[in-house]
Amino acid sequence: MSLTTIRKVIASALLLLASSAVWAETFVFTAIPDEDETKLIERFRGVADYLSEQLNVEVRYIPVKSYAAAVSAFRNNQVQLAWFGGLSGVQARRLVPGSEALAQGVEDQAFQTYFIANTSTGIAPAQDLKELTDSLRGKTFTFGSKGSTSGRLMPEFFLRQAFGTSPEDVFDRVGFSGNHTRTLRLVEAGTYQVGALNFQVWQKELEDGNIDESAVRVIWQTPPYPDYQWTIRGDVDQRFGEGFKAKVRQALLDLDDPELLKSFPRSGFVPASNDDYEPIRETAEAIGILD
Amino acid sequence: MFSYPTVRLSLLFVALALVGLLLADISITASNPWRDLGNFFLGVVTPNFFSSEGLLTALLRTVSFAFVGVALGSLSGFLLALLYRHGPVRVFCAFIRAIHELFWALIFLQFFGFHPLTGVLAIAIPYTGIFAKVYAEILDEADPEPYRLLPPGTGVVAAFVYARIPDCWAQLRTYTAYRLECGLRSSAILGFVGLPTLGFYLETSFSQGLYSDAGAVLILFYVLIAAIPLWVRPKLLPVYLVAAPFFLGEGFPIVWGNVERFFTEDIVPAPLRHGEGVGGLLSWLGDLFLNEALPGIWNTVLLTQIALVATGLLALLSFPLISRHFGGPVRRTSGHILLVVARSTPEYVLAYILLQLWGPSMLPAVVALALHNGGIIGHLIGRQSDTLRLRPDAPRGIHRYAWELVPRLYRPFLAFLFYRWEIIMRETAILGILGIYTLGFYVDSAIQNIRFDRAMVLILITALLNIGIDALGRFIRRRLALQTLPSC
Repeated sequence: MSLTTIRKVIASALLLLASSAVWAETFVFTAIPDEDETKLIERFRGVADYLSEQLNVEVRYIPVKSYAAAVSAFRNNQVQLAWFGGLSGVQARRLVPGSEALAQGVEDQAFQTYFIANTSTGIAPAQDLKELTDSLRGKTFTFGSKGSTSGRLMPEFFLRQAFGTSPEDVFDRVGFSGNHTRTLRLVEAGTYQVGALNFQVWQKELEDGNIDESAVRVIWQTPPYPDYQWTIRGDVDQRFGEGFKAKVRQALLDLDDPELLKSFPRSGFVPASNDDYEPIRETAEAIGILD
Repeated sequence: MFSYPTVRLSLLFVALALVGLLLADISITASNPWRDLGNFFLGVVTPNFFSSEGLLTALLRTVSFAFVGVALGSLSGFLLALLYRHGPVRVFCAFIRAIHELFWALIFLQFFGFHPLTGVLAIAIPYTGIFAKVYAEILDEADPEPYRLLPPGTGVVAAFVYARIPDCWAQLRTYTAYRLECGLRSSAILGFVGLPTLGFYLETSFSQGLYSDAGAVLILFYVLIAAIPLWVRPKLLPVYLVAAPFFLGEGFPIVWGNVERFFTEDIVPAPLRHGEGVGGLLSWLGDLFLNEALPGIWNTVLLTQIALVATGLLALLSFPLISRHFGGPVRRTSGHILLVVARSTPEYVLAYILLQLWGPSMLPAVVALALHNGGIIGHLIGRQSDTLRLRPDAPRGIHRYAWELVPRLYRPFLAFLFYRWEIIMRETAILGILGIYTLGFYVDSAIQNIRFDRAMVLILITALLNIGIDALGRFIRRRLALQTLPSC
């Protein structure tokens, strides 16, 4: 090996080291993959730009493939901030002592799940899920992701309440579509007859004209419950300087770019605390997906 | 005819699969499956290579992960092959290869996160087990004669290098090259769990119905595999091997505390962590076994048996496509292309595509497993049929197929099929991640609920099931004296 090659190797090794040092300064966040990825990337790159302007540090968003991956990345300190659902937030905060819910969307204070059905089933909308027990039995049904609050936890809870047994005993087939947009598409196409999804996704797709209303309709709306929130690790102040956490919270609460808010879609962010999500924790324990 | 053990065994397996079909969940639930399939093929013929900026990077990562993973696996596999006669080494290798690459990736993701090491180890570890076994088999077959001709006092290493390696070199090289192709497939599907390889983009575009984007990813992948003879040259190999580690991407730094936490807390069964003692552990295990492991095992075995017979049928039907005893060169070339596409597409990708198009049931999984494995076996026995010499007055057409070729190829055919039995089961288990209720479904559910203790027990059960099927497959092959060359 010639001297110049050695020099090159050393130089590149130093560069690598230097780049990892820069890494330590970057504030990284993620979000649960609850919708189509293109939409997520568009939305959260906007958030990254906004935060980096407000916080004066480099901010980066990384996309993940599952809810659990988002929780693990947060737990492993590979991301310091995350846009979690109710359940994933509870899981994450249990695993990372000192972490806290910073802010939630205005709509997340009273979030809902919509049950939707393909119109070929002929199921008519009802006020109470109990009225639908006969027409739902034996149908095919899809949740969203296994770790979703509005796509799995809450609908499963209300189904168990209405039927007194697990969804597998009620429906002919139970699936997990992966995310809310896909639940909508699958029920619209008739692949599953009934599904449950995040009401915000439904309303946004409806507004954008992306739903064939002759093929799919809402048949039941759940009572309200708390959902999505921004959760931050407890050790960010040590890493990014005193008062960093408060700065992040303020930046999130101040976010008023209409385009960015519309992409969530939320009308704005309000303060949140860990205690706001106690009902979610209790529900998760009740149906046995949290130890 | 019934006096032949091979025939009796085949009929038994066919009968089992038929019973399985009655019990299995086989249906097309999508309302318009053919329109969707049509749209998909339209996407493949109108690929869009410029939609995502990261596609070329993903291609680079796919190749790098494959190279580093296979190189590490081959090196450590070779070392273990030298010790393969020792029982514990065999058991260890059987165990690490019984766990699928994707399961390894899911495990490493929990503590290395999105670090390149996750992808590299996910390939290297199971491949170590496979390499160790196959290398040991190849070395055992070596001609002992040169060894005896060495002068007394020859060193062990020198004897090994000069008397053993030369005889096996060609075979070792062929098999390693073949494994590299498997490694590219494994590397691509790691993207489905979030690593930055081609599978990541395939899943992203497919799930959003962007078929032209998905088509572009698939075409890139086929070109990559088909062009292996062009770009993987012996002279270029050292360059690739040296360069590959630098193109793995940087990911995120490893936090060693996470590794420690995973092994000392996360995978410790919940009742032990909460101090509920042995009683608590037993009821926890019983619950896990009854509600998750048993249904998972049942569906995995059911699907495996159906897919095995479907694979066999497809292989028997497809080998004439490339056999020189049928048709002209045009037919054979198109047959080759068809079989290469079938075997180059990983089962996981095929099953994913078909599940999206046909809706959830076991059917997409059966078709995917049969297409991929049937393509491989069809290709192997098709080539073997070329070595058969027929009498000048041999019958033609269907008679030649049914009365000349199939009977003469039936034993190697069964050998390949039983060799792949365990591989089909490994894949069947992993397809659960896509939503079919095999063992992988329950492993994935446990991971999604951040219950790694449950996930580990279920992965262990999956591994034991694979080891059992592997042993049964070997027993049957030995009993019927079926010989085969290793294949992936």
